[in-house]
Amino acid sequence: MGKKQTMRGVFINGVLNENPVFRLVLGVCPILAATTSATNGLGMGVAATFVLLGSNIVISLLRNFIPAKVRIPAYIVVISTFVTVVQMLIQAFVPSLYDALGIFIPLIVVNCIILARAEAFAGKNSVLHSAADGLGMGLGFTLALILIGMVREIIGNGSVFGLDILGPTFQPMLIAIMAPGGFILFGLILGIVNSIVSKIAKRSAGKGVKA
Amino acid sequence: MMEFTLVNFLLFMVNCVLSNNFIFSRYLGCCPFLGVSSKVETAAGMGVAVTFVMALASLITYVVYYYILVPLSLQYLNTISFILVIAALVQFVEMFLKKTVPALYSALGIYLPLITTNCAVLGVTLLNISDQYNMLWSVLNGVFGALGFLLAIVLMAGARERLESSNIPAAFKGFPISLVIAGLMSVAFLGFTGLVK
Repeated sequence: MGKKQTMRGVFINGVLNENPVFRLVLGVCPILAATTSATNGLGMGVAATFVLLGSNIVISLLRNFIPAKVRIPAYIVVISTFVTVVQMLIQAFVPSLYDALGIFIPLIVVNCIILARAEAFAGKNSVLHSAADGLGMGLGFTLALILIGMVREIIGNGSVFGLDILGPTFQPMLIAIMAPGGFILFGLILGIVNSIVSKIAKRSAGKGVKA
Repeated sequence: MMEFTLVNFLLFMVNCVLSNNFIFSRYLGCCPFLGVSSKVETAAGMGVAVTFVMALASLITYVVYYYILVPLSLQYLNTISFILVIAALVQFVEMFLKKTVPALYSALGIYLPLITTNCAVLGVTLLNISDQYNMLWSVLNGVFGALGFLLAIVLMAGARERLESSNIPAAFKGFPISLVIAGLMSVAFLGFTGLVK
């Protein structure tokens, strides 16, 4: 296998096989808090991707200099630096998103996905691979957040990305964008994704036996 | 700022523990809530450890923010400094308990390091600042917020222990069914909204 292919593999792994939301179930708090609408999901996803990409690159560059014993505090400092940058950028350029996400922007620091990737991947792999991993994981996270955000927004508000699609006769179920709806709908979506994945796995396993 | 009276104190407690429960209405601390809630004892251990750290973290970050960051006008460094305070605090609490109360340490041992990445802890310290609580209310916010977390995680563990013996579709085992249960509990907690203004 060439290096290019492996990097593509690392990237696709983050989006599909090890999707941080649906397969690893990491970072539940931002998933629930930022998916009250598709737009918020997109905003949180992009912010987390930026932090993930930046921290993966820096941690990978420093992986030979950080002593193993203090690696977690060192990772946290790198991550929170990027989070502060993102927080300031969002506050300056997208104030509406800043108000909508509120405290969950600084809380990207303790998003398990980012620390988990630093620990499991960036601390051991080359810079380019870590960047691919950060982008892949970030994209997987963003796509999942948009999906959940769309479902909640359609049911709770009858719209997608703020565009009214179900017309004025639709009675929105407000609970979908409140806290309970977040838990229940995320649980249901996760169950559906699980059953699809296990069906695909069964089918490919069946094919393997035949071949 | 609220005056410290018994009525305010009780209202604040009900507000933090029930109407504004960290997990069920603010989505803070969901990772340990789902990760460490398979048994009642371990859930209670985690809850107690979080209470301890959250009370101390609220106090120390208050001092750091108002006596170090504000005079130097470095408020934008609050996220970095708070997470470092929490990480150091967790490490310190771990060492302190190991020396002084070994029984408690062995009971809480494995949960202590996990608290650093519990977003409820960083969340409460940031909320204390943004809600402009004074030192006393900050600490109370930490304690009662953590008690709400304790209540939620113990309730959840009780429900999940029962799930062990029930017949759940394969695709819904583990996280999905736990999330649905959390959602139903959250509906119940929604009933407390408006109890306290």
